[in-house]
Amino acid sequence: MKPIFMTYTKKDLINLAVCMVLSVLIIPTFIKTEYWYTSILIPWLCLALATIGQQIVMGYTGQLALGAAGFMAAGAFAMFNLILRVPDLGFVGSLIVSGLIAAAFGILFGLPSLKVRGIYLMVATLASQFFIIWMIDKFGWFKNYDSSGIITAQDIVILGKPFTTPLAMYFVCLAVTTILTLLAMNMARGSTGRNWMAVRDMDIAAESMGVSLLRTKVQAFAISAFYCGVAGALFAFCYLKSLEPVAFDIKLSFKILFMCILGGLGTINGAFIGAAFILLFPVLLNAIGNNVFHGAIDATIISSIEQVIFGLLMIIFMIYEPLGMAKLWENLKQSIRSKLSSSGIKGIKSPVLKK
Amino acid sequence: MAYERKFKIGKPILEVNNISLAFGGVKAITDTSFNVLEHEVRAIIGPNGAGKSSMLNCINGIYKPQQGTVSFRGQVVPNITPNIMAQMGLSRTFQNLALFKRMSVLDNILVGRKLHTKTNFLEVALQLPKVKKEEKLNRERSEEIISFLEIEDIKDTPVGKLPYGLQKKVELGRALATDSSIILLDEPMAGMNVEEKRDMCRFILKVNDELGTTMVLIEHDMGVVMDISDRVVVLDYGKVIGDGTPEEIMANQKVIDAYLGVEH
Repeated sequence: MKPIFMTYTKKDLINLAVCMVLSVLIIPTFIKTEYWYTSILIPWLCLALATIGQQIVMGYTGQLALGAAGFMAAGAFAMFNLILRVPDLGFVGSLIVSGLIAAAFGILFGLPSLKVRGIYLMVATLASQFFIIWMIDKFGWFKNYDSSGIITAQDIVILGKPFTTPLAMYFVCLAVTTILTLLAMNMARGSTGRNWMAVRDMDIAAESMGVSLLRTKVQAFAISAFYCGVAGALFAFCYLKSLEPVAFDIKLSFKILFMCILGGLGTINGAFIGAAFILLFPVLLNAIGNNVFHGAIDATIISSIEQVIFGLLMIIFMIYEPLGMAKLWENLKQSIRSKLSSSGIKGIKSPVLKK
Repeated sequence: MAYERKFKIGKPILEVNNISLAFGGVKAITDTSFNVLEHEVRAIIGPNGAGKSSMLNCINGIYKPQQGTVSFRGQVVPNITPNIMAQMGLSRTFQNLALFKRMSVLDNILVGRKLHTKTNFLEVALQLPKVKKEEKLNRERSEEIISFLEIEDIKDTPVGKLPYGLQKKVELGRALATDSSIILLDEPMAGMNVEEKRDMCRFILKVNDELGTTMVLIEHDMGVVMDISDRVVVLDYGKVIGDGTPEEIMANQKVIDAYLGVEH
């Protein structure tokens, strides 16, 4: 398909328009319950953003990294300290700078990728997870010497206007996520993304074509950490509304990894699908547990069942659809389209098979 | 031959000087020297395990020889890496196909345009006008190569799904996209049928003829080698046992012995 605006095809623009209308107009008009914003939509956007970061390094560049939550923590605490100590930066400025600080950590912890790969790299990148959390815990300065361990996040103020209601915070997250998603898509579809994928698919050939492995890998780690950093800052300020290193533990890193894999490696929309699935799945199970069995099943059992089903799904996905839910969605659309055309709804004749 | 070459064979573009390569105790290449002249088609032949692919890997910087140097346009290249050689204008294909399997044919060829892409990731993210201009030029050049190789109908297919012969073509396309002055082809016709081989020969000669690209190829099919190459170097057990025109090689007793075996 030919691009009609920048690198976007007509289909992309329609998708973008639908998403925008849905998220800016329809959701705020029809969803009035705060619960949806504070517990589902805001964390969904934040985690989808972090998953895009994970996608860049893992799905596109093929570097098995596990430390997204560490970079999120770096972003969140950088944000807290910037607002506290450099108030002149403002919210947006602080958000960008905290992303950059996380990116600096990304470069540092991305360096092992030049020497080790696969599962060994995963172990090496785990260092970021533990080092960053340890650093924040160890040095009181990062927490402004707060002894309680949990610090309340400052209120979000942009251009003098406070953004404190759930709906306002939702819009803040939506704006940041939309912009960063578009930028990620531009990169993924352009020469930058091609370099990433070349390194992923066959690094020695990429190098022979003049793609620098050092630069490409470090760049991917830096950009990935930037996305995670910004996501972490939003996660802390809009969703948790507090800052504690424990919130960014290894479990969150794994969650993001699963979102990435389930959503579909090497896809941007997969990040959103994966994040939605992993966030909504427990909610759905809970609802089923409460409404179908009317409390006959204990909540602890439900949460155990959740883990089991999760594990099973991961295995099933890895076997039957390694490209994840994004690919599943594509296939579904494809089959509906072919069904429509073969039943003659759109007047398209199905190809005549020779006997 | 009667026809006039557009690009006359010139000075040595690539020189391999006394290269020795060993893997542990196994000597792959021993004190080997030969040169490649600008605009020529140079074949490297030899029985299996003669060190042909290792030789290309030394030239391209994937292997680091223990001894010897590689000179490009008369200058010894220090610290050879695949990246540095690419920047100097040397591109290559691989024996066992090293394509980007999950990317489309067009994207594979576009990666070959990497050295003609000067914009950085930030500019790409923001889709600045110069990014679009550059992308358009690169796409046009890639489309040209695709139509030259007659693979228009598969350009959006992921390379991993293509049959072997087509993948070999795509790999040649990717090397061509770099606009390099010299291309190393590691068994470009392995596993192809007669028709595909003829096609591949035609492309190699056409590139050499129209663009003046120097071609260095490893090939097992003697008929092909003798047909298309200007000069041939023969390796056996990591040593040069013959170097010259196809006619000279065919008359070389050492080469005949190496290929047919000899009574001791």
